[in-house]
Amino acid sequence: MADGVRENVARDETLLDRLQRTAFGYFLERTDPGTGLTADTSRDGSPASIAVAGFALASLPAAAERGWLSRADAAARALATLRFFWNSAQSEAPVATGFRGFYYHFLDMRTGLRAWQSELSPIDTTFLLAGGLACAAYFSEKSAEEKEIRALAEALYDRVDWRWAQNGQETVAHGWKPECGFLHYGWEGYNEAALLYVLGLASRTHPLTRGSFAAWTTTYQWENIYGHDLLYSGPLFVHQFSHAWIDFRGIRDRFMREKRCDYFENSRRAVQVQREYARRNPNDYEGYDENAWGFTAGDGPAPATLRVRGRERRFAGYAARGAPFGPDDGTISPSAVIASLPFAPELAWPAIRHLLERYPGLARDGRLTSGFNPTLAGAAPEGWTSEGSFGLDQGIAVLMLENHRSGLIWSLMRRCPAVATGLRRAGFRGGWLAS
Amino acid sequence: MARVVSNSAADYDFVVLGGGAAGIIAAESAAALGAKTALIEERKLGGTCLNTGCIPSKTLIRAANAYAEMRGGSRYGARDLEDVVVDFPAAMERVRRVRDRILRRVAAPSLVLKSVEVHAGKAIFGGVDSVAVGGKTLRFKKALIATGSRPRIPPIPGLEETGYWTNESIFELTELPRRLLVLGGGPLGCELAQAFRRLGSQVIIVQREPMFLRQEERDAAQILSASLARDGVEIHLNTTVPRVYSEGGEQRADLLTDGDKRTVAFDGILVGVGRTPNVVGLNLEAAGVAFDRENGVRVDDFLRTTNPRVFAAGDACFEHQFAHIEAASSRIVVRNALKRGRYRVSGLTIPWCTYTDPEIAHVGLYVRQARETGIPIKTFTVLLHDVDRAVCDGEEEGFVKIHLKEGTDRILGATVVARHAGEMINELTLAIGAGLGLRSLARVIHPYPTQAGAVAMAAAAYLAGLQVKKRAYVLVPK
Repeated sequence: MADGVRENVARDETLLDRLQRTAFGYFLERTDPGTGLTADTSRDGSPASIAVAGFALASLPAAAERGWLSRADAAARALATLRFFWNSAQSEAPVATGFRGFYYHFLDMRTGLRAWQSELSPIDTTFLLAGGLACAAYFSEKSAEEKEIRALAEALYDRVDWRWAQNGQETVAHGWKPECGFLHYGWEGYNEAALLYVLGLASRTHPLTRGSFAAWTTTYQWENIYGHDLLYSGPLFVHQFSHAWIDFRGIRDRFMREKRCDYFENSRRAVQVQREYARRNPNDYEGYDENAWGFTAGDGPAPATLRVRGRERRFAGYAARGAPFGPDDGTISPSAVIASLPFAPELAWPAIRHLLERYPGLARDGRLTSGFNPTLAGAAPEGWTSEGSFGLDQGIAVLMLENHRSGLIWSLMRRCPAVATGLRRAGFRGGWLAS
Repeated sequence: MARVVSNSAADYDFVVLGGGAAGIIAAESAAALGAKTALIEERKLGGTCLNTGCIPSKTLIRAANAYAEMRGGSRYGARDLEDVVVDFPAAMERVRRVRDRILRRVAAPSLVLKSVEVHAGKAIFGGVDSVAVGGKTLRFKKALIATGSRPRIPPIPGLEETGYWTNESIFELTELPRRLLVLGGGPLGCELAQAFRRLGSQVIIVQREPMFLRQEERDAAQILSASLARDGVEIHLNTTVPRVYSEGGEQRADLLTDGDKRTVAFDGILVGVGRTPNVVGLNLEAAGVAFDRENGVRVDDFLRTTNPRVFAAGDACFEHQFAHIEAASSRIVVRNALKRGRYRVSGLTIPWCTYTDPEIAHVGLYVRQARETGIPIKTFTVLLHDVDRAVCDGEEEGFVKIHLKEGTDRILGATVVARHAGEMINELTLAIGAGLGLRSLARVIHPYPTQAGAVAMAAAAYLAGLQVKKRAYVLVPK
């Protein structure tokens, strides 16, 4: 390797390490040591998010491997979280932590009880369980602590009544509330729920019906957009959240066999579409170009209609932004670019460098903001910038950087029987599943 | 079920129950074939579409769009007019004038001239081959039930007491409601929510489902949501209305969204939650015609009811309730009933359009329908922001999606979201109906620049894909 290339690689590795470590720092700072719950955001009064707790759990093996935590410390943190969830109140009452093995989306950081009248959330519970299962796969030693981690992760998974969450339908309901019962719409179409169906299908206790995965895929749309054939979904998080856990390289379900593609390659194409959308920049937003993209669920300026440089613009707050159909208000999410590294490093790397060089204010103390909007002018070139940090942004960054650097999370989850079984039951074949 | 028996000579070859689009077209077509034809209508000729549906709504939408363009001139390099004063009575007066003008074309004297006997009154079947109207009994060889539909009124406590408008009454308004609550996010609700907002009402729209236009493509519904929000319509999806009531001199409604309750105030309610077929009170039992109150008259693929003498068409028997479907189905009935035809309704290629801004038009299969029946499908999508004319027009919001049977150029369906999607869908309807593939459309020269050029761009993308495959084959031969 030539010296120049070696220097670039070393510099890139240093940058990745810094980004990943500062993102992981969010979990150290925002996790309650007693309950093991992690705050949804760093903002005052933020409740805990069970999905963020899942990302926090899954980041512990990476932290231990990289020496940011000792193995014992990482195990202790995992245990605190898993013990809390196992021992917390499961009941039909409006104030509880969960019901039927599922958990409410948001919990009070101090009491661990339902916050914000949030819904009992199958998808967020899925990310929580996946975090537990990642820990179970990593903490494989015979110590009492690591044995307990494995037992609790499996017990939590076994307790979930997936079949109940189908509410008699083929797809899984978006949620349930004590006040109104099931939300009347289900998880269908291409979205972040692949992991939900995989874990639900593999359950030893209350599995989803065999037809549930096929029902989820019924509304898939295989589209040619900007010359790329892909299973379309606008926001990048859809192409990343289940992929943070499952190594989709080379494994195919019926749909992907038909299309001669796989979900990993599909995420790569989604990056290409986002990049092309930003290059074309049909709405003339400031800063967009082939190295400035990243449209996903994340924080935004605020719901408002403003006249900016003679043009009326509508801005949103926290929203799922996407390309090319929108919604798009000029907000870019750096974490979506970071999380694209495993799929399209040759496109994501230039974008990461470009964003950090052009908009130095994106990283406060090294930690990336949830979103910024150069169209909405501020004091700095990045324009409006999201305050504080969001746990999901930091979580997806930690996990995808780890997958890009070492493949650790994918490797752990490949060893998880529930993942392999669920994938097979969903109809996946080939690749690492064949071995 | 009554047995179909007749011992008496018929007075008429063909009797049509209902003077809406389906009935009028059927009666005229039958008369043109030389059949002795009678048409029975209880109310005004012209039916829902002309009197209280498409025509008045499209006319009002045109006025609303004119005001929106006045306010938004800067999109086109003109000036926004800040203090536009809406003349609502003038807009409504034009609605009625336009309606009357079109009605003149289909008025009773014209039908009589075409040798159709028009009977005013309520039609009631007296048996398998007779129908009574105004004290007279008309015996028929064949009959058509084209009685249309009426607005479905949801059983919301307090709604009857508070009062409401439907499509049957909203176009008689002379004063703009300051605050309008729209129940239902289907075509009628979305079109009129946007129109009344653009005319100056504060509009709240409530939809039970997670998206508008439940059957349409998700991306289309999402664009519509964004468009309504941009106009200033207050949107409540996943929401029901448990009750409406008066309190403190104000009309109010409770809204329930995923268990969260809120209350809104309004000055008028527009109900647009669907339609109910007009099948009750016809004494269909006596005619041996099977039906149910929700779905209407039961028909086979030839539009024949359970009484082989009696056919049905339009809203009385179809889920899709559009005037052009009424027309197409009534033509099938005439050919099948009077010419011993074997035309099937499943053979129709039926487009439809919701006339919001942008419009949402569809023809053929949806992707979901294709996948449910195991048909592999691929969609070629062209965003309007890539269509030069749309950019010139400042109408870049939307797309053309053409669904092909994968591995072929056969067009199974298409969705267009564009300012004039209702016009653009025609080319694709023709292609499906005539069996033209996307490869054929690629050879059609489209004037440049037009928004319909998006169809040609989709065809070009299809051909480009073939080129890539061909190159791949050359590079990696078997």
